[in-house]
Amino acid sequence: MATIRALSLILSVLSIITLLWTQSGECNNGRRVGEAVDTDFSGFSVPLEHSFEVDDVPRFHLRGALQFRGGRENSVYLSQNQLSEKDRNILKEVAAVDGLYRIRVPRVSLQVDRQTERQSEGYLTAFVRACSLVESHLSDVITLHTDVSGYVIGISIVTIPGSCRGIEVEDEVDLEVFNTTISVVAPVTAPAPETAPYIERMEQEMEKKGKNPQEQKSFFAKYWYLILGGAVFLMATSSAQTPPGAAREQS
Amino acid sequence: MAWLVVRLAISVSLLYTASAVFEDQVGKFDWRQQFIGKVRFALFDTHSQASKKLLVATDKNVFASLNSRTGDLFWRHVDKTGPEGHIDALLMYGQDAVVVVGNGRLLRSWETTVGGLKWEAVLDTGSFQAAALVGVQDFVKYVAVLKKSAISLHDLSSGSQIWVENLPDSDTVQYQTIYSGGNGLVFVLGFVPNSHIVIVEYKIEDGEIMKKKSVEAAWMSSLENSCAVISSGILLCVDQITQSLYTLPLQSAEQTEMRQIHLQTLDLEVASGFQPVLTSTQPNPAQPPLAEFFLQLSPDHHILLQLKDGLIAPLRDFNPSYLAAFATSGEKTVAAVMSPKNDTACSINLFSADTGRRHLDTTIIYHMDPNGGKPNRLYVHAFLKKDDSVGYRVMVQTEDLTLTFLQQPGRVVWMREEALADVVTMEMVDLPLTGTQAELEGEFGKKAAIQDGLLPMVLKRLSSQFILLQAWMAHLWKLFYDARKPRSSVKNEVTIDTLSRDEFNLQKMMVMVTASGKLFGIDSKSGTILWKQYLEDIQPNSIFKLIVQRTTAHFPHPPQCTLLIKDKDTGLGSLYVFNPIFGKKSHISVPALPRPVLQTLLLPVIDQDYAKVLLLIDDQYKVTAFPSTKNVLQQLQDTASSIFFYLVDTSQGKLSGFRLRMDLSTELIWEVVIPTEVQKIVAVKGKRANEHVHSQGRVMGDRSVLYKYLNPNLLAVITESTDTHQERSFVGIFLIDGVTGRIVHEAVQRKARGPVHFVHSENWVVYVYWNSKFRRNEFSVLELFEGAELYNSTVFSSLDRPHPPQVLQQSYIFPAPISTLEATLTEKGITSRHLLVGLPSGNILSLPKMFLDPRRPEVVSEQSREENLIPYAPEMPIRTEWFINYNQTVSRVRGIYTAPSGLESTCLVVAYGLDIYQTRVFPSKQFDVLKDDYDYVLISSVLFGLFFATMISKRLAEVKLLNRAWR
Repeated sequence: MATIRALSLILSVLSIITLLWTQSGECNNGRRVGEAVDTDFSGFSVPLEHSFEVDDVPRFHLRGALQFRGGRENSVYLSQNQLSEKDRNILKEVAAVDGLYRIRVPRVSLQVDRQTERQSEGYLTAFVRACSLVESHLSDVITLHTDVSGYVIGISIVTIPGSCRGIEVEDEVDLEVFNTTISVVAPVTAPAPETAPYIERMEQEMEKKGKNPQEQKSFFAKYWYLILGGAVFLMATSSAQTPPGAAREQS
Repeated sequence: MAWLVVRLAISVSLLYTASAVFEDQVGKFDWRQQFIGKVRFALFDTHSQASKKLLVATDKNVFASLNSRTGDLFWRHVDKTGPEGHIDALLMYGQDAVVVVGNGRLLRSWETTVGGLKWEAVLDTGSFQAAALVGVQDFVKYVAVLKKSAISLHDLSSGSQIWVENLPDSDTVQYQTIYSGGNGLVFVLGFVPNSHIVIVEYKIEDGEIMKKKSVEAAWMSSLENSCAVISSGILLCVDQITQSLYTLPLQSAEQTEMRQIHLQTLDLEVASGFQPVLTSTQPNPAQPPLAEFFLQLSPDHHILLQLKDGLIAPLRDFNPSYLAAFATSGEKTVAAVMSPKNDTACSINLFSADTGRRHLDTTIIYHMDPNGGKPNRLYVHAFLKKDDSVGYRVMVQTEDLTLTFLQQPGRVVWMREEALADVVTMEMVDLPLTGTQAELEGEFGKKAAIQDGLLPMVLKRLSSQFILLQAWMAHLWKLFYDARKPRSSVKNEVTIDTLSRDEFNLQKMMVMVTASGKLFGIDSKSGTILWKQYLEDIQPNSIFKLIVQRTTAHFPHPPQCTLLIKDKDTGLGSLYVFNPIFGKKSHISVPALPRPVLQTLLLPVIDQDYAKVLLLIDDQYKVTAFPSTKNVLQQLQDTASSIFFYLVDTSQGKLSGFRLRMDLSTELIWEVVIPTEVQKIVAVKGKRANEHVHSQGRVMGDRSVLYKYLNPNLLAVITESTDTHQERSFVGIFLIDGVTGRIVHEAVQRKARGPVHFVHSENWVVYVYWNSKFRRNEFSVLELFEGAELYNSTVFSSLDRPHPPQVLQQSYIFPAPISTLEATLTEKGITSRHLLVGLPSGNILSLPKMFLDPRRPEVVSEQSREENLIPYAPEMPIRTEWFINYNQTVSRVRGIYTAPSGLESTCLVVAYGLDIYQTRVFPSKQFDVLKDDYDYVLISSVLFGLFFATMISKRLAEVKLLNRAWR
């Protein structure tokens, strides 16, 4: 139980951190800067990379850094760069040919103490259609999914709205800054059969029954006057052929 | 009061869903077939002449008695699966059958007439080697069991152990055979490979070792098969390398080495690479075996030899011959030999064992099924005729596990298809139209209309109408003809020619694929096998996937099924394309698959012949399309960007998504990695492609609608934790979109363990797991809803559904273990769903989905009552009237297949395992069919009565009016 203490809560943090740092061309193609972005937090950070190419061959480069804070509540912040003019143009071109916008993160564990223990190989990737990213003016929702022990197992990206209607985005400013909602999602615990509340409810019902003497009475005890009345009525209406004892037996 | 309401609600809901079969409905639309599996031991009851019993023990751990006249089961005992219930040996003496079970764990004696257990003895541990009946003074009294390091003797009538003795030097000597000739001694034969043979002699009374000797035998590598005891206790061995026979009297003290007889001196030679086999016979365990024996020199060469005065002489050479077997009746022992006659038939002849002379008029012709396998076992039942000559019947088992029982002169008495005991996968295919319907269809074919003019079309129409008239007349005539006959004698024989779709499409063709590689086409109404096809050269551990590429709906194109056969080890696959109605192999050229196939994908894209396109993805992520015509490739290019598929690598815990490119290569677009250190993926399931969901949402108590999250691309991934400690183990459930790789929902069921069975359908997933803390089975249901509003009501796209669904979940206790789980399926999805739960007891429970609803309220409210929700109760009820197969239990149910019928209310169900059971279920009762006991007479008489009453009263009224007018 202790191993998952940090992951029991889902916290979504809206972070729009814009680094006023203009990228200089394609100098950071596929470069890993994750280790370098370690800051004075008790947490750590990993690079978030993206790729959008007209020829659809993924070439990932840095989009920003995901900063995790260890501790009770697993929170994540995303500090990301602005899109350069060149990138903006490429993105628009990719959107025009219905290409994909991909992102990836390395496979890591969010457990700070496990960081050094194991650095797994490989990346987790996800995609959206580039056109939907453009048409949503770079507003996307990125979710990191972890397993029970805190390893990141999957990443997903959706844009809001998610559709591609072919709307032209004229304003360059709309494509400069990402409007990203990022969150970490840990698995929820599936409910077990709820026996205790059920039994409690049953007991309450029983108690109620016990308190209310009306409930305890038998059918005859409750409705004896009706039965008697019915019997008398029957006797009164029936002819003399029926012996009176029969009606009494019925009641 | 509330409690009363709760109970009332429950009972009302139960009333509503209660569905049991009435007594007179039994067998009306359901049938069961029982199987036994591949026969390993078969013994005929020769105790009395009139006996019809045939005792069999099979590789499915089944011990059964068959009626040798009809092939039906007298009784059947199904033991545990796996090595625990493995039947090691079957011996029979008189009315008793002795069985050794579970690698020598248990010794059981069965009464053969009714199949009752007489006694059972638990044996000491040790791996089983051999068992034999031991007789003293012409009476069989004991049974001896040889283990790796001990021998024990048991009383045949009570099972009590007489003695048990450790074998000398059992760590070096491999003891394999046991022999007793009825002279108060038991011989145990063992050997040290390539060194010597050890013979130990035990006294029957107390197990004292009388003698122990070892004889030089440097050539020996195995005792079984290559050695036999013949005549009065003479050990006979055959060796392939030295091409010799060796003899050794077991009891003689003076002879200390085996006498070698070169096969050359007998003008014989063992085929190279063939391990020769010796077959001897001991008709009575209390007497020494016969001096005659069979020597098999090559797969199709047997020779009958005789040992006389220390000399071996050939009696008869059978070349060629496939199989040979001894049989005894009374004092006479005969040998039956199967020899090839021509390409399609074999002849079986009877020879007297002591002379090798052929008995006259004893030939049985065995016709080999051209779609079947070669015969590989022969069991002979010999009996004495009234004139004291020997008659016989034979049972032939073939490679494709067909049991054929023949009698002279070649009449097939019965046949059993035991391959059906191991059905791997199946599909149900609609039957084709009748000939006349097809004629009409053909008339309005597109091509015909264009080519022909007006007059030919009119003529064609007239001719087809005439054919229809003819068919109708024939039908009437048949009705008239049948009506005169007593009802019982009218049999609707189903043959491949009379197959046609019925009006409600209730009769279908069941295409079953079995583990042995035999395919069957079975009529779902009667269970008759209409065609069978044995695929040779199938590896025993192959994986099969059956795909229906073209249904019967596209006349005149025949329906087409494709079977993907994949080797489990190498992953290499091959395709077998056939017509599911007639079982004929299709002549369509099949793509070669040089690389292991990872995934298959049946696209809704169809080629010009209306066959759906099958995509096969190999280990280099290259895609092969089948069929791959120009038309198909063009369509694939057009739609490539919207074709996605996923791969699962359970060894690395990796799920990855790919997209098809124009050039049929693929690109990786998403990846989800579930670390294998913590949990491993056990199963991934999507939804069934032919599933229809009628209602988009659920109407709530307040008249608002809760919309279902109906994602056709959703995958349910089930994982199990690697940690199996009962407190820390868990089962993980991931719902992943197969297109975008988005994890839609992620949950862990704590303190849970597999095996997990689950169903994924509509907007819900139901799974069953084992709660390791409370030691019980539990059901859990997940339902996904979009909420009160639909994001895009016209079309669902995984790429455009940004909001995650609401997930509701609830769990229940299920008071029984589970073998398999499936959901009912109907044509339009209007009928409520039931879950079909296969229980290990053999019953199939039809559990209303209503009970598995995460919205079942804890406390009853006005709204929940409005919605017809059953109040939450943690325990799931099991009602015996929910068992759809009443007393027709299905042993070891492994899978349930459901298919929709033409009636919305009806779902066809096939449960398979050791047995096959077919039935129909009506989850919401038969709302679209009149009841069987519907009173047609009453309703029509009332109608006619009313009609005439109107007529008469009208007439009377007219008369009255007229009269009034005259007045």
